[in-house]
Amino acid sequence: MIRFENVGLRYGLGSEVLRDLTFEITPHSFQFLTGPSGAGKTSLLRLLFLSVKPTRGLINLFGRDIAALDKDSLSALRRRIGIVFQDFRLLDHMTTYENVALPLRILGKKESSYRTEVVELLHWVGLGERMWALPPVLSGGEKQRAAIARAVIARPEILLADEPTGNVDPSLAQRLLRLFIELHKSGTSIVVATHDIALMDQFDARRLVIHDGRLHVYD
Amino acid sequence: MPAQYPDKPSLSTTARMPVGDGPRPETPIVPKGSISGSALVAVVAIMTFLAALTTGAVVLIAGAASEWQSDVAREVTIQIRPGAGRDMESEVGKAVQLARAVPGIADIRPYSREESARLLEPWLGSGLALEDLPVPRLIVVKIAAGEAPDLAMLRKTLTERVSGASLDDHRGWIARMQVMGRSAVGVGIAILLLVLAATVLSVSFATRGAMATNQAVVEVLHFIGARDDYIAAQFQRHFLVLGLKGGVIGGGVALLLFAVASVIGDFFLGTATADQVTALFGSFSIGRLGYALVIAQIILVAAVTTWTSRRVVQQTLEAVE
Repeated sequence: MIRFENVGLRYGLGSEVLRDLTFEITPHSFQFLTGPSGAGKTSLLRLLFLSVKPTRGLINLFGRDIAALDKDSLSALRRRIGIVFQDFRLLDHMTTYENVALPLRILGKKESSYRTEVVELLHWVGLGERMWALPPVLSGGEKQRAAIARAVIARPEILLADEPTGNVDPSLAQRLLRLFIELHKSGTSIVVATHDIALMDQFDARRLVIHDGRLHVYD
Repeated sequence: MPAQYPDKPSLSTTARMPVGDGPRPETPIVPKGSISGSALVAVVAIMTFLAALTTGAVVLIAGAASEWQSDVAREVTIQIRPGAGRDMESEVGKAVQLARAVPGIADIRPYSREESARLLEPWLGSGLALEDLPVPRLIVVKIAAGEAPDLAMLRKTLTERVSGASLDDHRGWIARMQVMGRSAVGVGIAILLLVLAATVLSVSFATRGAMATNQAVVEVLHFIGARDDYIAAQFQRHFLVLGLKGGVIGGGVALLLFAVASVIGDFFLGTATADQVTALFGSFSIGRLGYALVIAQIILVAAVTTWTSRRVVQQTLEAVE
């Protein structure tokens, strides 16, 4: 599904923040991406969701070399990836329902064609009563669930979550983990970036550990 | 839970909101009614207003300059110089008859001896005895609008058949008028170009300012897989509306001002003040050309706003990649 070969990344003229990354993410897999703060977790996620291009090496996404793709092809690949940002990035002027429906709306689908699906998903993540609320009045946990719902509404093949439990209490963190596990069961590959060891201990999954810009894989 | 989702996790669930089948109005992707958006409309309105006023002023000056020229060009003067034993009244009568025979002449007005004296009063004082002075007699010939009488032929005939006669077609004056009129219009156009440049720049910067508040929207759309063209189209549509709104307000107020000025001018028609203003600025109506130019400016400003928003979207997308 995703394959990195000797990938390196540097910002500007600085030293490499990621070095010689070689690993693979297979379909229907679950992995935690972890490491100390500043180790390069977010940079690796940015490579995964095509926010930055590697300064060296090869990234193969869904069987395609990203270096050889034009902008429209990259957009098409992004639609196969769901992203949950650490700061949620919900649009404040849109309701929770509209935020979650956004990935379908940008495909040009009619609202009536996806309404039931979005409502069902909002109920599934426990936001049934908050679907018409605007993000500024949602709690941190509600925003997190809305962000997850937006990331999975278009049925991505892989879900990337950047510190999804960073802003919630342990109880909600556990419930969000259950949510990721259920999505994994439905066939979505999951990458959860976290430095919460307690959270990782709750589910036996592959661990990708970044330290000093290098990746160590623990299957 | 629909079949495509796995069993519901242990999250608190709630009663479902009623979901109708009818179409639901969608919130625009680009937020409406932001403070920066209102500020942009105000900047566009003010700059379009100033540009429209400048355009109107240039059109008025160009029109007035053209009218001055044509007023002078529509008049020629026949001068009959006195000479020894010359019957001035008879020569004047002959000249009038010859001029009247030329096609394209609207009016012929010979100045009487008394009127000629009045023309000299500012220099020589009143109570003149014209018999003691070799004062030439003048005949003012007005050319019909749109006509071009054969003045060369008239000059030739007058010289041959009326003793002491000459024809002055004011070429020297017209040349001066043309230089003055062209200079005034040239200065006006230069000012208009400066105002237009200032309008384009200020509208462009105001659009960038308004776009800065929407950077998060661009990024979110980009990361959820929206194509660049789709994102640009959302912003273009939004900023086209803002640009048109500001342009119509600014240009509309300017057009209203010109229309009111024209009506007021008509209302005072015939008064000394109105005559003086009309002599200087013409009819104070910018005409079809003026209205068309103001509308073109509204379109230009809206296009600049739209294009700038597209450019900023492209730059934002380049920055996040």
